[in-house]
Amino acid sequence: MAHESTYKPGNALSKWFDDRLPVLRLMHDQFGVFPMPRNLNYLWTFGGILTFFLVVQVLSGVVLAMHYVPHESMAFASVEHIMRDVNWGWLLRYMHANGGSMFFLAVYLHIIRGMYYGSYKAPREILWILGVFIFLAMMATAFMGYSLVWGQMSFWAVTVITNLFSSLDAIWSGLGTAIVEWIWGGFAVGNPTLNRLYSLHYLLPFVIFGLVLLHIWALHVPGSNNPTGIEIKTKSDSISFHPYYTVKDGFAMSAFIVLFAFFIFYAPNFLSHPDNYIEADPLVTPPHIVPEWYFLPFYAILRAIPDKLLGVIALFASILLLLFIPWLDTSKVKSARYRPIYKWFFALFVISGLVLGYLGAKAPEGWYLIVGRIATAYYFLHLLVIMPVVGWIEKPTAMPGSITESVLGKGAGGGTPKGAAAAPERR
Amino acid sequence: MKAITSPGMRLASILSVGLLCALGAFAAPARAAGDLPTITAQSWSFNGPFGTFDRGQLQRGYKVYKEVCAGCHGMKFLHFRNLGEEGGPEFSEAAVKALAAEVEVSDGPNDEGEMFDRAGRPADAFPSPFANAQAARAANNGALPPDLSVMAKARTGGADYLYALLTGYSDPPEGVTVAEGMNYNKAFPGHQIAMAVPLFDDGVEYTDGTAATLDNHAKDVSAFLMWAAEPKLEERLRIGLRFMIYLVLLTGFLYLAKRRVWGSLKH
Ligand code: HEC
Ligand code: HEM
Repeated sequence: MAHESTYKPGNALSKWFDDRLPVLRLMHDQFGVFPMPRNLNYLWTFGGILTFFLVVQVLSGVVLAMHYVPHESMAFASVEHIMRDVNWGWLLRYMHANGGSMFFLAVYLHIIRGMYYGSYKAPREILWILGVFIFLAMMATAFMGYSLVWGQMSFWAVTVITNLFSSLDAIWSGLGTAIVEWIWGGFAVGNPTLNRLYSLHYLLPFVIFGLVLLHIWALHVPGSNNPTGIEIKTKSDSISFHPYYTVKDGFAMSAFIVLFAFFIFYAPNFLSHPDNYIEADPLVTPPHIVPEWYFLPFYAILRAIPDKLLGVIALFASILLLLFIPWLDTSKVKSARYRPIYKWFFALFVISGLVLGYLGAKAPEGWYLIVGRIATAYYFLHLLVIMPVVGWIEKPTAMPGSITESVLGKGAGGGTPKGAAAAPERR
Repeated sequence: MKAITSPGMRLASILSVGLLCALGAFAAPARAAGDLPTITAQSWSFNGPFGTFDRGQLQRGYKVYKEVCAGCHGMKFLHFRNLGEEGGPEFSEAAVKALAAEVEVSDGPNDEGEMFDRAGRPADAFPSPFANAQAARAANNGALPPDLSVMAKARTGGADYLYALLTGYSDPPEGVTVAEGMNYNKAFPGHQIAMAVPLFDDGVEYTDGTAATLDNHAKDVSAFLMWAAEPKLEERLRIGLRFMIYLVLLTGFLYLAKRRVWGSLKH
């Protein structure tokens, strides 16, 4: 929430500095006294957690890159060298591999949070769109990172996913093949492919970093949404970021790191596929090619559709459609808390995502295929039909008058800003 | 305890638990894919959060590997020095030197430009039994014996699978015909494996009093392969425990701090 700067340099040096580069002012205004809704729940802690994981990935990645060799005949061995001979190499690699998974776990919760509470609605459309771009860039980064190990799953996942573009041959004969060969840098997945994936895997996290800065900037114009979806109206609706949310985010982050550490130390390979400990072999196709768990829902959508080109279109559409939900959702209220009908449809949407994730790891045949098609159909139906239609017909339930009222009960805050119970920023 | 009972927190925890279960469910089928026969879990010394390798077992396992498996399988990511490193079989320095010296290594070129053979040193990698994959196939009826360095992590079931595989040979059940040069194995996917029965009772001589049974050979070499695939397991668990204790305490303190800071707010 844009607010007037309250920063006062404490001494001559910081004054001198402030006149030249006001970063301390920025930190003070944006992360110190920044007004936050007082009623945020723990689902609002994932933004901080995501930032933490971006930093973890970049730091561990930069050190891994010092030892990693992007060459088709040495990549796998260099990863083993990291695991065996580099000091703390096993820790770095397990951090990086499981950090990727935790990053996605957090981003899914973050996205579900945003969708449930209508955080994409005005005035936060650009904030939301930037988030979708971050998600896309994360997917690209993780896909490329997974390929670097150059195990069997790495190699065959790259083969399958890059081959998706060959579906364009159906539109213009030869177009898809040309694109695929251009991506590969040859007539098959090989050394040129590995090198460009490595280059881009190093680059994209910094693009993500830039997007995250814009995302936070866009957040700090209207300020955070909250579980009621009612904007901050009076002083008593808000509390300062520090210390309230620094300590709350800190606690949640620490708890989340317990989970992260559990995977690193006690189940470091649980989330990955054993086949990726077999060195890539272009002559041996694994019986089941499965992507990392965080791609499974989208993989299931791809395979639910019998036509290759349409499958690829559905795959991209399933993510790109998210860009448009600020306008697909026609509801007057933001938070699904006050949306008696939509609430249930939203639960179904999350369930369909989970079901798709489960099916992504199964061969698309028999019942799996049927259920996969139903879940895929619902996924699109939800975004394209249910969001606009339910928004029109639904009558929201009674809402509190203000954020303060939702926390302290009727009579508090709202219309009577002067008599507000707590105004901690004045403390 | 307002914080815990707020609907937001409830929603957050339900969602997290749901997603976590889903995570487990995704990961499980991802690994089970492949129609594998069931593998029984064994009680390994390295199981669980306090696990360690059994030095004697690893030393015996190495002996089994060297005397039996090394005839067909290489372990290219292992070096003799690893055998003396902490958290592994922990052979003495002298023993490592002696074990390395048992193999002949081609080195060079020397000052005259000639390659020469010399006794192995601890810094040398385990030798490969075949010059190349073609030679390996030629000697094994066309089948390629895979490198065993990370085998224990490259199969669903890990050490349990290896043990099941090595003890899983039997006559084929009624009505099942086994192809020429293949052997019936209960644990192997598809049940027909090109590897002939490698282990049997008294196949390898044990000097530490352990009974030289097929079962022990299979257990010991499976444990050895687990260590070979994950040589930093003990270090990982040791550091993990300390880190976890620290982290859980930190999380507890942060929770108390959070309660305190927020407590002043809600009257
Ligand atoms: C005579 C040569 C030979 C010996 C000795 C031998 N193996 Fe094998 N092994 C093979 C061949 C050949 C294969 C490939 C089998 C196939 O693909 O059907 C194989 C495959 C394997 C596999 C992979 C099975 C899978 O799931 O793909 C393991 C594990 C294995 N051997 C372990 C051992 C161990 C442990 C020993 C020592 C106790 C050993 N082998 C001794 C020839 C041998
Ligand atoms: C958005 C941030 C990032 C994500 C999500 C990510 C994800 C991944 C993933 C999933 C893997 C495969 C891990 C495995 O299975 O072993 C990987 C590998 C790798 N990444 Fe990243 N990464 C990120 C940032 C970086 C950065 C910034 C660098 C370098 C500066 C980097 C360098 C590497 C290297 C060298 C590997 C191969 C070594 C290995 O597999 O452990 N990563 N990455």
